Amino acid sequence: MSEIALTEVAPGETVTVNAFNASLELQSRLVEMGILPGVKIRLIKSAPFRGPVELKIRGYYVSLRWNDASHILVTGK
Amino acid sequence: MNDAQPYIALMGNPNSGKTAIFNLLTGLNQKVSNYPGITVEQRIGKAGLPNGMQTRIIDLPGTYSLTPESLDEKIVATQVLDWMQGKNKPAAIISVIDAENLSRNLYLTTQLLDLDIPIVLALNMMDRVKKRKQEIDFDNLKVMTGVSAVIPMSAKQHWGIEELKHSLITILEKSSKQHSHPFQVIIPEKIKTILTPIAEFFTEHLSYTPHLAQTQALRIITRKSAIELYESILTSSLMQQLMTLRDAAIEHIDSSAVNHRILEARLRYELIDKQLKSHQIEAVEDPKTASRSEKVDKWLTHKYWGPLIFIGLLYGIFQSIFTWASLPMDWIDAGIGLVGENINNAMSPGIFRDLIVEGVVAGVGAILIFLPQILILMFFMTLLEDSGYMARVAFMMDAFMNKIGLHGKSVLPLMSGFACAIPGIMATRTIDNWKERLITILILPLISCSARLPVYTLMIGAFIPQKTIAGIFNLQGLTMVFMYFLGTLTAIFIAAVISKFIDNKGKSSFVMELPPYRIPLAKSLFRQLFIRGKLFVINAGKIIMAISILLWLLASFPKLDNNVSVPIQDSYAGKIGQFIEPAIAPLGFDWKIGIGLITSFAAREVVVSTLATLYNVENEGDDVVGITQALQNDKDPISGLPRYTPLVALSIMVFYVYAAQCMATFAIVRNETNSWKWPIFMIVYMTALAYLGSLFVFQGGMALGFV
Repeated sequence: MSEIALTEVAPGETVTVNAFNASLELQSRLVEMGILPGVKIRLIKSAPFRGPVELKIRGYYVSLRWNDASHILVTGK
Repeated sequence: MNDAQPYIALMGNPNSGKTAIFNLLTGLNQKVSNYPGITVEQRIGKAGLPNGMQTRIIDLPGTYSLTPESLDEKIVATQVLDWMQGKNKPAAIISVIDAENLSRNLYLTTQLLDLDIPIVLALNMMDRVKKRKQEIDFDNLKVMTGVSAVIPMSAKQHWGIEELKHSLITILEKSSKQHSHPFQVIIPEKIKTILTPIAEFFTEHLSYTPHLAQTQALRIITRKSAIELYESILTSSLMQQLMTLRDAAIEHIDSSAVNHRILEARLRYELIDKQLKSHQIEAVEDPKTASRSEKVDKWLTHKYWGPLIFIGLLYGIFQSIFTWASLPMDWIDAGIGLVGENINNAMSPGIFRDLIVEGVVAGVGAILIFLPQILILMFFMTLLEDSGYMARVAFMMDAFMNKIGLHGKSVLPLMSGFACAIPGIMATRTIDNWKERLITILILPLISCSARLPVYTLMIGAFIPQKTIAGIFNLQGLTMVFMYFLGTLTAIFIAAVISKFIDNKGKSSFVMELPPYRIPLAKSLFRQLFIRGKLFVINAGKIIMAISILLWLLASFPKLDNNVSVPIQDSYAGKIGQFIEPAIAPLGFDWKIGIGLITSFAAREVVVSTLATLYNVENEGDDVVGITQALQNDKDPISGLPRYTPLVALSIMVFYVYAAQCMATFAIVRNETNSWKWPIFMIVYMTALAYLGSLFVFQGGMALGFV
């Protein structure tokens, strides 16, 4: 499967985290919360007006800004 | 802190239930909520153990990691750095873990394991795990982690706490027992070699053990905020040296195609995930399964329905404050009248009786009436927060908040501002970005707090007619909602304006956990209301009584030769009021309101008791005068026209929406921003808004022919 940005994933789909764009400063925090390459992630929805996206990972729900999520690269099943 | 006395540190991820466990251990009643990161400063309590021992418990703010991101996390990181230097080490750490979320919660535990402090794993929220028919192998978890004890528990259902206390006894009695470390992060040899110079630096200058030196080396190359913590304990030349070592190591690591920024987490999660799997401790949850909260969120955070439901909820809350409270308010009103009457009958006439009836009973009573409204407001605010709904509001509002220079996480502080600005300002500490945090603080006092409620209620009750508009809206309730909206919309506007003038330091992000919805515990909800109500009554008893007595004296003296009072406008209070009257006359305010504006500096609601005292002194009768009727009946002595009209009432309300009047707020803003610059800015801009706002309403209204 080819690599796409998390924000290109259709809501409801489960994908695997592959890498972060180097410009994503947030990556250090995300990995501490267990969002790191190799981990499965499901995109649930995005908030109105390009608001944050809601994700499920490791059994918990978390939200990230759209722009930050677009720097997370994932692959499909 | 006293070094000699052993203490226990309570640590864990945000929203893992630390505070609930702290309350169970210490018997204290700290506020527990269902919003990540609500413990923003450390709290200390004493816990009695079953063997009669006493130990201190310190509740630290929730954190995902020992590398700080926000202010509350920095408190934890600084504390832990002290322990590494051997200062104030706790006898044990209770690592609180949300058992529904084992792997992520264990991340912090692996970091704590490097510190060589005995650890008890408190597996909280086991009730939910059981409900979902999941299992966790506790014995295996203990073997795997090498901690002193693993205690399954549910702080919500109050079980497991005794076992937790027993495990503490075991640790405290066998002090500093050496335990094995099967669960320590494994650093690959290649990286170890690169880290060696930094590790040697730590052993040489800070006498760290080899393992701690290595893991700290790993941490500071991963996160810049981790190395910055050392600025407080290293000399600048050593700091420089450490920085140089770090830069060299990072260059080396990156050249071998390893991303240094995620290195520590990668290694630790490799350990956690591998171990959890090989020990078969729990079935890994598939992110595909949807929780019940997720299903509820289909509606509550729906693209269109979500915001609409939120606005509807807010409207409902503020309407209900007005409608539900009216009956209990009538009871209190009647009760106070009765008290005044009885005192009047029981005491002989004289100065002292006047002081009690006109000063104390009238002044304090005028405030106590608002207790039901404040409790209703608090009830809804606590409900929204404890259920987990506020985190969803932050999620929905982030994009909008960002446009006006704020953050999704500004929503909770701003909403708490409806109760009181002070806890709201404290709650801004969860906002990582300084600029967004500062702006949130600066606009918070524009959110109508519960101290404004008495003012709005009094003015609306006295001057806004009981009418129904469009069949469903009650005009009085509508006016109330309008005042709340006015404050909130102005806050939004001001935020957008000042965000253009404040420089941004650092990046802003929004990483927020959406906790599962929980039905708030009735007990903790009502305890919260009780504490709030008590505070309000005590406040009325102290500050307001003191001001009422002082004001009564100023309003009753000087006396004429024959011990007859001068007319109130010639009293000391009257003179003070008349002195400032010219300045406020363009707003439609007379000298009585003027005095109220002065006394409001202590707290806004004092204006109500001030007016009550003034009217009772003026009346000189035996009964306590109802302040509503007194306001309605007050006539201008020259023209004979009513002194207060709906227009004046509106002008007063608008003034109170904007005015900077609460000294406690400025003190807390000074503390949180570390300078007088911001509280002064706040006073200036709010006073200007209040004056101009009222001027606009009153003069505009007059020009349009309202009186």
